[in-house]
Amino acid sequence: MDGSDLQASSHLLELAEPLPLDGGQALPGVRISYETYGTLNAERSNAILICHALTGDQHVASPHPKTGKPGWWVRMVGPGKPIDTDRFHVICANVLGSCMGTTGPASPASDGQPWAMRFPVITIRDMVRGHVALLDALGIERLHAVVGGSMGGMQALSLAANWPERAGAVLVIASTARHSAQNIAFHEVGRQAIMADPKWKNGDYYGARDKGGGKGPENGLAVARMAAHITYLSEEGMHEKFGRRLQNREAKTFGFDADFQVESYLRHQGLSFTDRFDANSYLYITRAMDYFDLAEEHGGKLAQAFAGSTARFCLVSFDTDWLYPTAESRAIAHALNAAGAQVSFVELSAPFGHDSFLLDVPALDRVIAGFLGS
Amino acid sequence: MSGLRPDLAVIAEHVAPGSRVLDVGCGDGALMAALRDQRHVDARGMELDAHNVAECVARGLSVIQGDADTDLAYYPDAVFDYAILSQTLQTTRRPDKVLGELLRVGRRAFVSFPNFGHWRVRLSLLWNGRMPVTRSLPVSWYATENIHHLTVADFRALVEELGVKVEGAWFLASDGQVGAAGANWRAEHAVFLLSR
Repeated sequence: MDGSDLQASSHLLELAEPLPLDGGQALPGVRISYETYGTLNAERSNAILICHALTGDQHVASPHPKTGKPGWWVRMVGPGKPIDTDRFHVICANVLGSCMGTTGPASPASDGQPWAMRFPVITIRDMVRGHVALLDALGIERLHAVVGGSMGGMQALSLAANWPERAGAVLVIASTARHSAQNIAFHEVGRQAIMADPKWKNGDYYGARDKGGGKGPENGLAVARMAAHITYLSEEGMHEKFGRRLQNREAKTFGFDADFQVESYLRHQGLSFTDRFDANSYLYITRAMDYFDLAEEHGGKLAQAFAGSTARFCLVSFDTDWLYPTAESRAIAHALNAAGAQVSFVELSAPFGHDSFLLDVPALDRVIAGFLGS
Repeated sequence: MSGLRPDLAVIAEHVAPGSRVLDVGCGDGALMAALRDQRHVDARGMELDAHNVAECVARGLSVIQGDADTDLAYYPDAVFDYAILSQTLQTTRRPDKVLGELLRVGRRAFVSFPNFGHWRVRLSLLWNGRMPVTRSLPVSWYATENIHHLTVADFRALVEELGVKVEGAWFLASDGQVGAAGANWRAEHAVFLLSR
């Protein structure tokens, strides 16, 4: 690991007021777990908020406490890196509904028992409301930039649309302004896999977990992760990585073991995911993403969402991303154009599908550094 | 505006300081950067090539990856003081429609293009009977992006047909600018300033 880990600091904020939600309720006792890197300047003007994706967390450039793996964007965030912690104060908060320290369905409700399915259904805008409460607590009126990939990009867009004065620049990577039918369909497969697992027990599996009865609906959650993982890769990338190669064997077994490397890989991805993620959080966060439609929130016109915005925008898509394809980013760029906003948009070529934003794409580094630096 | 390609230098000199500009086919953003840094212009760009767009964004410019033939439609009317189309008209599928779009989104338009009527081009075609490969048209017919070659006279005829006003015209040869007289023979490149 490099030096960027050393300067991370972990924090927990407990909101004094209940957090109002799009669903009409107000959530009491919300805790927000976040990390910071680099130094906030005296004017409080050099902060960059990084918003994480569906199963991401606040450990953007520091090791994950459960898996010990490097931060999920350590290649992008650190001293001298495209998001330069020598220049910027980087903040990354675990989103509402997640399970890495911020309040979610696994957190205790006022009766001391886990919320489980009593947790209210939340939206992307609710997550951003949590971020804004955090910025208020930190005394940061205006971010230098808000940055996010995938679901993180949805949060960045939601912040720009609903709290336009809070960010000077908005960087949205491999994302969309609304979940498509196909996006919702894949998420529904994942949710049904979890809810069909007898260990899910209508979400009330936390007691069994405490008594050493496993982690709840592990099989269902693993299948959900397997299905989702396919959508993060490109067909070409999968073919190159696995082809039809067999896993540790010379011939097919004429059975249902993981004969193929791709099967073995997906099973591993699914199982290891259950070590670090809560099944109910997966239900709630995928629901929030499915509900996301920025135009719908603003009278049906996406351009309306950005009317009067003074922020600079940059949208990046990848040519092999079929989860949130280029057309989605282009539609956002056109809407921003119509609203007269300063906007850049580029489709980069990368072989890794949706996951390209997390992987080695040098052109992305240049775009991010240039956009944030200017 | 030193260091700019000659046609871009002409355009840069004649853009009013502080104006709003859309550079269609902005390449690596050289003109936009010069306009921003030296004339405090609010410059936006459109460019087809992803590498060029990435280069522009890395320079801090606002550039959208898009196609002049189709994507100008997404801009509202008259939001720019100038729309610029440099060395791109001859690569579009419908130059006439692109010109119309330029003057819809911009109150004025700068258009520059290589002149197919230049004497070297004419001589090459006349003597060799082959599509010319010259200094200003360096790529063979089968590989060139220029799908609609035109001359200065062709351009004048088109703008007349479209009812567009010519507010200015500059003609460039290898040894500097040449006058309007004989420009269709003598100019390698032409720059026009148009308005509705």
